Amino acid sequence: MKNSTMQTATVSEDVIQVENLVTYYGERKILDDINFSVRKGEIMVIMGGSGSGKSTLLRYLLGLNMPTSGSIRLLGKDITRMNAREMHDMRKNMGVAFQGGALFGSMTVGENVQLPLCEHTRLDKNTMRIMSRMKLEVVNLAGFEDLMPSELSGGMIKRAALARAVVMDPRLLFFDEPSAGLDPVASAELDELILRLRAAMNMTIVVVTHELESAFKIADRITVLDNGEILLCGTVEEVRNSTNERIQNLLNRRPRDETLDVDEYLKRLTGRDI
Amino acid sequence: MKKLVESIGRRTSHSIEELGYVSVLLVDTLVWLVLGKSRQQPVRTAHIFHEALHIGVYAVPIVVVLCLSVGMMLAMQGLETLKPYGAQSQVVVGIALSVTREFAALIVGILVAGRSGSAIAARIGTMKESQEIDALRVIGITPVRYLVAPLLVAMMLMVPSLTILGDLAGLLGGAIYTAYELNMSIATYFDRSFAVLDMYDIFQGLIKSLVFAVIIVLVGVSNGFQVQGGAEGVGRATTRSVVLSISLIVVADMIFTFFLTR
Repeated sequence: MKNSTMQTATVSEDVIQVENLVTYYGERKILDDINFSVRKGEIMVIMGGSGSGKSTLLRYLLGLNMPTSGSIRLLGKDITRMNAREMHDMRKNMGVAFQGGALFGSMTVGENVQLPLCEHTRLDKNTMRIMSRMKLEVVNLAGFEDLMPSELSGGMIKRAALARAVVMDPRLLFFDEPSAGLDPVASAELDELILRLRAAMNMTIVVVTHELESAFKIADRITVLDNGEILLCGTVEEVRNSTNERIQNLLNRRPRDETLDVDEYLKRLTGRDI
Repeated sequence: MKKLVESIGRRTSHSIEELGYVSVLLVDTLVWLVLGKSRQQPVRTAHIFHEALHIGVYAVPIVVVLCLSVGMMLAMQGLETLKPYGAQSQVVVGIALSVTREFAALIVGILVAGRSGSAIAARIGTMKESQEIDALRVIGITPVRYLVAPLLVAMMLMVPSLTILGDLAGLLGGAIYTAYELNMSIATYFDRSFAVLDMYDIFQGLIKSLVFAVIIVLVGVSNGFQVQGGAEGVGRATTRSVVLSISLIVVADMIFTFFLTR
């Protein structure tokens, strides 16, 4: 499946370019000199353990936060220098499926999917309804448009969120932790869906995940993040064969071997120099 | 001592920061209301009606009950106080002026702050925690335009409307008790009340109600947007929003009464 979709993808032009990205949270450095690019039609998986900075990186890619320094170019335009109107136009080319779905609880599934169309187009209601049904059909949720998000299972919420993310046929699709909280079957279905979507719509997809199996299945390339810095950006094989200890720890689910200085430990507990 | 000074400094700095945040929020909301259409992101009338329904229409029964009770209570206290002076018939004047200038607006303000202010903080806080606010932003919808502007318009329409209803209910409450005690017809009571009242008395209550409406929205929304820490954070923001908006309403009422009675 993956190989066939790779053949259909156009792999040449960089549509996402991150250069020298540095971000802070208060005094604490979260991302340190991040550099990578994503090619058109590619599925890039950003992988890392908890606290590695991958979800933070996604927030910067989405333009939800502004970096301390560095640039993020989406479709050739630096979003860190855009005004509100340019950013608003850029968002029409972006679709995002959040970890928990982030469906609006006061709207039905159909209304959730139609919302981007309502805001960005002047289509009549009937056309919007048909388009939302088409997208729900793609994610196997046909007939569920009148249900409220609270009436859906975890997997269905993620698929509905995906339908909303792709309803405008965006050129860039971002997916935060697609497998989190799902059983293995639902998780595998979602992976297949992501591959099918790329094949059908030829969009560039960035997936943030810590699930190794899912990452290896869908990724064309993987960026491995640890402690806010990139350890490796390469193909699935390059990541698998990496000799970097931190990458091997992540792949083999080995805990970090942290040597603890006794004086430092006591200082941490008491707040005083020993 | 040093810790006390530090704590006062931190709180002062935080309060100034919050005041700045609320001011920016208000300006931003007004800008979207005025320029939304030209930016191709209009504030939708359907959203305003939806909010108005929840803030205003559904609050009608409780506003009527509370203001009716306050009107009756004023009549009871007034008649009891004026009895030694044989001036019980003057109770009509006292009730008419105090209800229209003061009580209707205050009761409605406190009620809406408790009912809708808390709901605003809880709704926006929950949306923030479940990433719905982020989802709005990435779809290209400005949360202030989509969530706050309709609320502000609906609140500024409904709080004064409820205040007028509260005026009538308060007068009716006073009329029912006074008519019974003084063997006066309700029509006569209302005739006397309207003879005493002029537009400025009604206007005082309405001006206050508009200020209360802005306070309720800004306090509820700013607390909702600043929620952190999951369900517990939402609970804290909701409580803080109600306490803060009721306190601000009472203080603002006092300040406005001072200036409007000069």
